[in-house]
Amino acid sequence: MYGKGMRPLAIGTFFVLTGAFALVFFWVPADADQGFIQKIFYLHVPMAIVALGGFIAGGVMAICHLRTGNSKWDLRSYVSIHMALVLAVGALITGSIWARAAWGHWWVWDEPTLVSFLIVFLLYATYQPLRFAIEDPEKQARYASVFAITAGAFVPLNFLAVRMAESLAHPRVLGATGGAMPSEMRITFYVSLIGMALLFITLWKYEMASKHTTAQLRILRRRLLGDDGVAPTGRSAAPSTVLPARPKP
Amino acid sequence: MNAVRALLRKDLLLELRAKESVPAMALFSLTTFVIFHFALDRNTVAGSLASGVLWVTLLFAAILGINRLFVAEREQGGFDAFMLAPVDRTAMLIAKACALFIFLTIVELIAVPAFAFLLLEGSILPALPGLIAVLVLANIGIAVIGTLSSAIAVQTRARDLIAPLVALPLLVPLLIASARATQPLLLSEGALSVPTKWIAVLGLYDLVFALLSYAVFDFLLEE
Amino acid sequence: MPALPLDEAGKYVAAAYLVFLALILIYVAIMAVKLGRIEKELVELNELADRAEESK
Repeated sequence: MYGKGMRPLAIGTFFVLTGAFALVFFWVPADADQGFIQKIFYLHVPMAIVALGGFIAGGVMAICHLRTGNSKWDLRSYVSIHMALVLAVGALITGSIWARAAWGHWWVWDEPTLVSFLIVFLLYATYQPLRFAIEDPEKQARYASVFAITAGAFVPLNFLAVRMAESLAHPRVLGATGGAMPSEMRITFYVSLIGMALLFITLWKYEMASKHTTAQLRILRRRLLGDDGVAPTGRSAAPSTVLPARPKP
Repeated sequence: MNAVRALLRKDLLLELRAKESVPAMALFSLTTFVIFHFALDRNTVAGSLASGVLWVTLLFAAILGINRLFVAEREQGGFDAFMLAPVDRTAMLIAKACALFIFLTIVELIAVPAFAFLLLEGSILPALPGLIAVLVLANIGIAVIGTLSSAIAVQTRARDLIAPLVALPLLVPLLIASARATQPLLLSEGALSVPTKWIAVLGLYDLVFALLSYAVFDFLLEE
Repeated sequence: MPALPLDEAGKYVAAAYLVFLALILIYVAIMAVKLGRIEKELVELNELADRAEESK
């Protein structure tokens, strides 16, 4: 049951994330170099880190799927990767806004995080078309899991490689600060990061609860109307939410 | 090991008789060099531009080979026949990767001299030892990642669209390392030595993906 | 590049945080539509169960 524990989680998310943004705008001092623009850092970097965490979590869940053969892990992996992809798009957009404000261009190749993100985004954008292109649901789930594991392993490697490629030639464009980070900035950053992570988990649970509910409704419909009352699912990229029928009591 | 050798022999014989992939990949490379001449409006390239032109061409020629890698198995039931045999499933992974490696090597034996002839400023000979080392390591990586991507894509309905979309992002770090490693070799003033940092990165990347592919490949062939 | 004056910088920071808000609100909207559909179907199934009970 995914709804369990939802209330304390959601309340926690609210307090931490709102608290984080309050710290950003009312407490933490402005950066000496970049000025007010630097405040984007507290939004962009947590989004990026949590997105990456979501991708890697999707890979771990995919490993569980392949090891247990239980399709619920495939559903969890799918939802995790989907939400991470949305966060990744958000990270790219906020990163681009930051680049424009700090450097004058909408895109900078010198910022390794942004470039790595673009590559990761391009890879995971293939996840949905790949799923859609395989019709058999069991095979779809299996191949998607292989992809999720490969892509999840790729994420850290990609970051290392891109960072190595850029580090010698150019200094970091969108560094957090000119020099070392003072403690108020560090605290605000960590609160923001925790808030973003809590938000991700809350929304993931929310999505899983929604999918679970729809699946249960389908079973209920079948019990009340028999097999004819239930429309066939048709082709989809989402994991099959048609759970196996419960044995009769 | 015998299974790998048998599968590899079959693929090489098929290619030798039909001559589908390798000539196409080689011809594609030559045509791409010509296109680069017109697109860049340059008679010669050197340094990082030369490195870039060479690697982009090799990468896209490799995509042609990756698309065709499992087609015969898919269309003529080779997968089913293979799974009935009492051999370790990863033998197919190793055999296909070796086949792709060999195809890439043959293509490069044609494409690299052509590149030196058509576009490269200065002589390629002093660069050769370093260049061969980089090419071998890169080929291993392309072969492994290409085989994995091709295996994932072959079961889909749009396989020659999905395979490049999966393979190219995975190949980006390999491209970064190869291009950065080749760049000092192709300078117009004369070749410098290969930076060992990028050779190490290439080797590590190859190793990680070889292990990863070995671990997941079984799941792709399950019925 | 020197730091932008506050009024210009404010617009960029606001834009970034608005993107975040927009993503969340789009998700809320999608989930609201889904919940509406679930509610409708549950009401329908309940009516069906009522009718099935009455006819027994």
